[in-house]
Amino acid sequence: MSVDIVPTTVERARVESPESRTQRISTGVLITVIGVLLLWMAFTVDKSGQIALSDAFADVKLPTLDVPGTATVLLSALLVLGAGVGFITGRLSARLRFVAGVAAGAGVLVGFIVWAAASSSLPFTLTSQLNLTLEYATPLLFGVLSGVLAERAGVVNIAIEGMFLTAAFAASLTFSITHSFVAALFAAALAGVMMAGVLALFTLRYLVDHVIIGVVINLLASGLTGFIYQQLVAKNLAAYGTVQPMQAWRVPGLESIPFLGPILFTQKPLTYLGILAVPLVWFLLFRTTWGLRVRSVGEHPHAADTVGINVVWTKASAVLLGGLFAGLGGAYFTVGSVGAFQDNNPTAGNGFIALAAVIMGRWNPVLAALMALFFGFARALAQTTKLMQLPIPSDFIEMLPYLATIIAVAGLVGRVRAPAADGMHFVKSH
Amino acid sequence: MSQTTAARPRPEWVTTLITTVASLILAFLVSAVVMVVSDAEVAATWTYFFAQPGDALSASWDKISSTLYAMYVGSLGSWVAITNTTAEAAPLICAGLGVAVAFRAGLFNIGAQGQAMVGALSGAFVGFTVTGLPLAIHLPLVILVGLLAGAVWGAIVGVLKARTGAHEVIVTIMMNYIAANLLAFFMLQKAFQAPGRADPISPVLEWSATMPRIADTRLHLGFLLALLAAVLVWWLLDRTKFGIHLKAVGLNPHAAATAGASVSTVTILTMGLAGGLAGLAGVQVVTAPELLTGFPPQMTGTIIGTLGFDAITVALLGRSRPLGVVLAGLLFGALKASRRTMVTMADTPDKLTDLIQALIVLFVAAPAFVAWLLPFLRERKVKRASVPIAKVAEA
Repeated sequence: MSVDIVPTTVERARVESPESRTQRISTGVLITVIGVLLLWMAFTVDKSGQIALSDAFADVKLPTLDVPGTATVLLSALLVLGAGVGFITGRLSARLRFVAGVAAGAGVLVGFIVWAAASSSLPFTLTSQLNLTLEYATPLLFGVLSGVLAERAGVVNIAIEGMFLTAAFAASLTFSITHSFVAALFAAALAGVMMAGVLALFTLRYLVDHVIIGVVINLLASGLTGFIYQQLVAKNLAAYGTVQPMQAWRVPGLESIPFLGPILFTQKPLTYLGILAVPLVWFLLFRTTWGLRVRSVGEHPHAADTVGINVVWTKASAVLLGGLFAGLGGAYFTVGSVGAFQDNNPTAGNGFIALAAVIMGRWNPVLAALMALFFGFARALAQTTKLMQLPIPSDFIEMLPYLATIIAVAGLVGRVRAPAADGMHFVKSH
Repeated sequence: MSQTTAARPRPEWVTTLITTVASLILAFLVSAVVMVVSDAEVAATWTYFFAQPGDALSASWDKISSTLYAMYVGSLGSWVAITNTTAEAAPLICAGLGVAVAFRAGLFNIGAQGQAMVGALSGAFVGFTVTGLPLAIHLPLVILVGLLAGAVWGAIVGVLKARTGAHEVIVTIMMNYIAANLLAFFMLQKAFQAPGRADPISPVLEWSATMPRIADTRLHLGFLLALLAAVLVWWLLDRTKFGIHLKAVGLNPHAAATAGASVSTVTILTMGLAGGLAGLAGVQVVTAPELLTGFPPQMTGTIIGTLGFDAITVALLGRSRPLGVVLAGLLFGALKASRRTMVTMADTPDKLTDLIQALIVLFVAAPAFVAWLLPFLRERKVKRASVPIAKVAEA
């Protein structure tokens, strides 16, 4: 008797939970709505759009692209619509759905940029848009790493803003006194670590609510830097408030690549450092023993404790390392880009935006860094289009990252899940 | 054993009072140290401390005492100063109540900033566009519109939290930025700008939309409204079924649901109430008359300042109790009222008040830290071996 046990083909049944079904449909509806919007926008333009591939005063001039307005926007609208419908019908496999998502994103991007260029008499300068993106994203990259490290270890980090602010001030003051970038960066990192130390001490030792202490640290940073600035720096600007900001560093050879050279290889040193820090943190978190311990204390501290991990110290080390990165990010606001510290809220809520990017990036350093780039892109887009007199006010474009974050945490698009013990207190129970 | 009868546990309110007073003293001490260290002239006298200790001590004492005296003059030194304090306290109390109510339901409302912004914007809009109404109709209308706008802004967060489980901390932070961008947008529209101005500044509000005040002071109706709001919140929390449900949800949502409270209704209503109170604070900012002109300040994009974050400190210091919020609001209002005299009389930057405020809350939020710092305040331990160390740390 021969029984054919092994079937030749396995029919993989796709079972979808009601939860992921709702998510898939709401994502699809959202994409479709954006597609319909683009479709309508396609008929509001009546001329071609000009997209400049080099800055107005660049050494090497590249041609300005002349893209047909209605046709391109229409095409991208159809692409987005197709992806949206694909999501709603549910016929797509997981891999195809990913492709559809990427296609929808690209369609929205291309469609909007061409629409913006076609609606304005000025060309859309792609190079300055991308340069600005990196400029705005640099502190966010550092902030994101600070947030990811702390939250992976289970400490909610609302205090990134405060770390930024203190570090920005420390860097400016130190550079004014020593005229050394290395000293300034060192001071900034130290300031970030000290603020992170306050966060670690009060959450881990004195068991204060993480969000409360985060808010308090932000207020403390604002009061401390503001007071010392007015008391010490403002009374003697020559001695304490004179900073030559870091200049862009051109990577020899690579900087002369047309289009890419002026964007990727003519950046501030901190920008390179921020980009390099992302894979470093990924490696630390996912490829080292320390990283495994950090993630385990963030998910289940008691289990980690049982196998002999020093929970409190592991959490503290992750928070402090995060403070170091936030400190470097803070330095970007003064020494790294514009110069001396000004008493007008120089960090402008970037710490909170970094927090949003952490959540949008699902507590993964690489995804969160991509989200930081997206947030930088949106802010740069508001800046680039401000001069172009578009029918959409730039304030609304600036709002996009915040709306996107609300949509993400509301679970409409994708599943956002924090480390299980994020914000919990750990008390050794034996 | 005689020990058990002698060592009666200290009542909770005494512990709270001791921690709070200790926090205030510690905050002022630390601020004094920062003040001395960061003043170049005073710090210079410390460099030769061992040669002439008198110089350093007298210079430091001069600095500290002149600042403290200036703060007293600015906040309590005269009838006008006292009314300055009440005027600064009124929005702090309202917004602080908004944060406190949410706290009691276990919600962290970081969004008072945005809620106050939409409240101020919509209230001011009704205040300067509607004309010809008597004060008895116009002012209540302005207050109602601002309150409702704030309530809607807060309730959105409540709905998102109740329906999707989105964390209110993140959503309120994002709503703050959306409100700030909306404010920046509207302040550049013709309908919101003063005639002939291209910058973001609104027309002066109608006199009928201004809080009535006692002549030549800053004691205006808004302060009474703030006290009234505190009484209403107390009544709501301690004398109504909704209040019982609210506090129950704050203590344990699962138990509250089992006991028959609808967690999602409580969440939405609480965030709406919190937003309404913060919106009322925003209205207070734009309708409170100035001392010299008697007119409220013109609406600008930055008029709210850091009210929403100050409100969090008020709620924390006030332990989320209505009476505590009123007292904390008065204290921080006094700090704000003393800003001008601090600069003019003592040459001390007014940011000192922010520092003191943050330090007070830092110590208040961490009673275990204060207990470690000042061990003599700690209650004599009742000798019982079974008290786990964690419980002591939590207390």
